[in-house]
Amino acid sequence: MDKDGRIPLGQRPEWSDIAPVPQDDGPNPVVPIAYSEEFAETMDYFRAVYLADERSLRALRLTTEAIHLNAGNYTVWQFRRVILESLNADLQGELEFVEHLASKNSKNYQLWHHRRWVAEKLGSESASRELEFTKNIFLNDAKNYHAWSHRQWVLQNLGGWEDELAYCDKLLEDDIFNNSAWNQRYFVITRHPGLGGIEGTRDSEVNYTIKSITKKPENESPWRYLRGLFKNNMESITKDPRVTSLCFKVLTSKVNCVFALSLLLDLILHGFEPTQDLKAALESLIPESTDSDSDSDVATRVCSVLEMVDPMRVNYWRWRKRSVTSHVEEGLGNLRVC
Amino acid sequence: MKELATEKHTKYILQIEKKTDNIESALTEHLRINGAYWGLTTLDILNNLKAVEQDAVVSWVLSCQHESGGFGGNTGHDPHLLYTLSAIQILTLFNKIQNLNIPKTSTYISNLQNKDGSFSGDQYGETDTRFSYLAICSLSLLKTLNKINVEKAVEFIVSCRNLDGGFGCTPGAESHAGQIFCCVGALAIVGCLHYVDKDLLGWWLCERQVKSGGLNGRPEKLPDVCYSWWVLSSLIMIDRVGWIDKERLVKFILECQDFENGGISDRPDDAVDVFHTYFGVAGLSLLEYTGLKAIDPAYALPVDVINRVFLE
Repeated sequence: MDKDGRIPLGQRPEWSDIAPVPQDDGPNPVVPIAYSEEFAETMDYFRAVYLADERSLRALRLTTEAIHLNAGNYTVWQFRRVILESLNADLQGELEFVEHLASKNSKNYQLWHHRRWVAEKLGSESASRELEFTKNIFLNDAKNYHAWSHRQWVLQNLGGWEDELAYCDKLLEDDIFNNSAWNQRYFVITRHPGLGGIEGTRDSEVNYTIKSITKKPENESPWRYLRGLFKNNMESITKDPRVTSLCFKVLTSKVNCVFALSLLLDLILHGFEPTQDLKAALESLIPESTDSDSDSDVATRVCSVLEMVDPMRVNYWRWRKRSVTSHVEEGLGNLRVC
Repeated sequence: MKELATEKHTKYILQIEKKTDNIESALTEHLRINGAYWGLTTLDILNNLKAVEQDAVVSWVLSCQHESGGFGGNTGHDPHLLYTLSAIQILTLFNKIQNLNIPKTSTYISNLQNKDGSFSGDQYGETDTRFSYLAICSLSLLKTLNKINVEKAVEFIVSCRNLDGGFGCTPGAESHAGQIFCCVGALAIVGCLHYVDKDLLGWWLCERQVKSGGLNGRPEKLPDVCYSWWVLSSLIMIDRVGWIDKERLVKFILECQDFENGGISDRPDDAVDVFHTYFGVAGLSLLEYTGLKAIDPAYALPVDVINRVFLE
């Protein structure tokens, strides 16, 4: 027996009829690999049953051992599914197996692929368990990309939409910066069969988003979500007075105003006429000592402020400034034509 | 500023090739071909590929090919697109693609295309824009893109575009820099970058740079050297790389080196691995760091290798 209590396969009576097949690293291995004894032995027996296509309970148990030693091996997982199908095995047990593995490492592609395979077999009755499963993953890692992907698949294929918007609320309450939850929110309002789509939810969602932005104006996600609510259509976002007053509010608070300024810039370029108050709020962001051209148009002024408050992306804001100028020139050109 | 420890990194990679008595080598046995691609490409960017015994590598790579035409991660393993591209890239790197049965390999890949234009990674299903990239990049290197429905493939990728300008793994999935690389790379290879809103995506990508100078892959995540590749290469493909602070990024990557034993890690002071060593060195190459070979942002192979494939 090994020091951890494991009996080597070679000493287990149930395996006495199997001749293990060692890894063939080729005649002239570039990277000859020295495996741990336990790993090597398990894989040698796995190769033997795999090559013999033995779809038995003991082969299933062997894949369990192999997966515990290395959950990243595609071949082992695939053969496990072949066996499960042949044996018509209890898939509830399989769910527990995956949950146990996920509690140790939830970022393994094979594990999620396998879970989906099982859930698909079980059908819509497994929807709530699948949603619960991902929920548990999010308790430790609320941005787990695999789990989100699985959850979206479950909703679209097995259902369970009813509480999804409330679940997004809950996650954003826990962490307002969670971009995955913002993305899921967008997924829900655009794909939920009963909410009426973006058009049906826009009004309440704009209010929700503005509240979130007011709490943390430096949070990139809700600003992008807000644009998304208008499908990035600047003409229609410009017409919503709640959005322009949000920009004003954030600007007057004088901190974390990069995203407010950036949205303001787009609004102005799409016909929004800033009020005197808004212009004053903008000017107040420019330190008096700064030598800047106060005669320039307001969009250019916005860019100048952005260059100052976001120096890491100064080249991006400079580019925006140049395109403002060409935008204005284009406009002038059109005027001349008229 | 710290400098790139070229010799140490070369030594580090050559030594992983030999060092086999550790747990990592056992756990990565099944994706050894990916490791080989990362290591070998890094060596080539560092101008040290000749230190490797070519013939042995090439014959081992070919031994990983399955009857179906796809490649496994190692001899005797099941095939997957993930390994098939690495195999093709290694053979291309050594100018040995003529040793490959191209029609057979291409058929394996084209058979993985689904009706909606997406690709499965292997015969068992699972679709993801990563697989679209793997298939398109592989077939382009083999010059057999005509074997798939490119129009449909593009349609699927475009359906994964989000309102922030980025792309996710499936329609509606969150934008992620790794997936963005795959989508932009695939679109670049088939000449369809006009489907990308370059200004919008460029802004999202340059927002990925954080105070330390490093890049993250999604909002509010930690920076990681691997995004020096995924984000940078995407910015270059859409011609917006000037929007980030290059100097600070170079500094960040250089701080992630292990100056004693070579190799690069995800963040300063973490443990190194061959994956991050590749992304760090490849990122520096994209940033035109002195003494490095230029790397092609779409094919993830040195530019001279890509020129040899398509120009000669």
